[in-house]
Amino acid sequence: MPVLLIAEHNNKEVKPFTFNAISAASQINEDVHVLVLGSNSDPVAKSISECSNVKKVIHINNELYDNYLAENYTSAIIKISENYSHIICSANTFGKNLMPRIAAILDVSQVSDITKVISEDTFIRPIYAGNAFATVKSNDKIKCVTIRPTSFDPAPSSGGSAEIENGEPGDASELSKFIKKEEIKSDRPELGTARVVVSGGRGMQSGENFKLITAVADKLNAAIGASRAAVDAGYITNDHQVGQTGKVVVPDLYIAVGISGAIQHLAGMKESKVIVAINKDGEAPIFSVADYGLEADLFDALPKFLEELNKLNTIQK
Amino acid sequence: MKILVAVKRVIDYNVQIRVKEDGTGIVTDNVKMSTNPPDDNAIEEAVKIKESGKATEVVAVSVGEEKAQETVRKALAVGADRGILVKVEGIIEPLAVSKILQKIVDKEKPDLVFMGKQAIDDDCNQTGQMLAALLNWPQATFASKIEVKDKTLEVTREVDEGLETIEVNLPAIVTCDLRLNEPRYASLPNIMKAKKKPIEQINASDLGIDTKPRIEQIKVEEPPKRKAGIKVASVEELVQKLKNEAKVI
Repeated sequence: MPVLLIAEHNNKEVKPFTFNAISAASQINEDVHVLVLGSNSDPVAKSISECSNVKKVIHINNELYDNYLAENYTSAIIKISENYSHIICSANTFGKNLMPRIAAILDVSQVSDITKVISEDTFIRPIYAGNAFATVKSNDKIKCVTIRPTSFDPAPSSGGSAEIENGEPGDASELSKFIKKEEIKSDRPELGTARVVVSGGRGMQSGENFKLITAVADKLNAAIGASRAAVDAGYITNDHQVGQTGKVVVPDLYIAVGISGAIQHLAGMKESKVIVAINKDGEAPIFSVADYGLEADLFDALPKFLEELNKLNTIQK
Repeated sequence: MKILVAVKRVIDYNVQIRVKEDGTGIVTDNVKMSTNPPDDNAIEEAVKIKESGKATEVVAVSVGEEKAQETVRKALAVGADRGILVKVEGIIEPLAVSKILQKIVDKEKPDLVFMGKQAIDDDCNQTGQMLAALLNWPQATFASKIEVKDKTLEVTREVDEGLETIEVNLPAIVTCDLRLNEPRYASLPNIMKAKKKPIEQINASDLGIDTKPRIEQIKVEEPPKRKAGIKVASVEELVQKLKNEAKVI
């Protein structure tokens, strides 16, 4: 039986983590079908059909799916669920919102946020903010699985030409209504996929001071992250939060500035390849995960850091 | 309007957990337990709505072992009117919890159910959405702002791209984010008063729900240890190391 992957998109473009989810899905079973629920979403169905890991695209094109509401999505997915052994999507706010609603209707105990596929029914997933890893086996007939996107490389976005089949919309739900989305637009790399992330914490002391982070991030072509403390204090918006309940990032380089390193923050970044911590408190727990720790006042260190970067002949992009 | 708030007893968020040597789970003996942090936000929001005159009763419910009574009691101390404890031993998955909560909702008939968006122990992030599905109610997950209207609720949700606002019909399920509000501390007089508030105890087995886990936990392991890092003496040294040793810039 094939596996069904639910695509995340904005009716024009595929969200990048969909390709990470496709890659995880094909580790479970190579027969991957992707469901695109959208409105005027032909470009999305087409780009997904070009992914070489995808065997079939099911496109349900209906104004019901103009905006993403779990109530509307669920009914369409339930209707085709019996043809599949697994239903899969990303464990980001899209998939976290959607998958449990599907699983409960199918009377399935969902496996959330897997970081590794062992076999078609056995997976590894982090628990306790990534301080332990559980190997779990699902015994349900249909398996509902969300995958941690940063734990799987994205599937190639070209090389394929899967058939696109039109599907029937589900029932319209009157339960909820979309009002608006305030998206924060930025020219920077996305936090979830950036090669370099520079993050600030409570030590930044104000939103204004984040310009020191911005300057370094500009130089390194980095995304900007933040600890929960910095977001709570209003220094920066919630879409920047890295941690157990924020985003999980695994960049090549993670620079934590003025972040003490609470368990909840470490959960979101400690798998990064190289970690730098800049903090004036030498005892801060962030140093326990840092490859390079600099005990210094960030207000001296950041301008100097930028100065030193400016001296380099080349910087990787 | 009546609000039901589900709260979970978990290992305190400040505790560095330990994996049992035999790989069967996490050490919980003699470990500090607390209310799951976003569940505190859920209680706070319900109490605030009651204080604003828009709700008449706040009922706190927990599903867990006998000691989860402490978690219910804490909710009573910050303003919930009465409590319900559904007793069950051992591991219980979100699907079973949501089926139990469905029974409680059938009995209590609340207009709103609040709970935290995720429990910080199993990190599943499922129960609210599952309960919404079982009841065929709308769901507003990851709420950072709630506005009670006549027969609806306007909810601002924290999503990956920023903020999203949706309107849901009542009755509805809301899962709360940490930025929804600032949970209050219980005052001593209120802690004393809470001791007199009623907590109804129900055995999960009497509700006729199979709570046996569906997912087999094969083993639990510690994450691979990071190799110890070094402290650098200066910014210059840091940049040199990043360039020449780690080769990441």
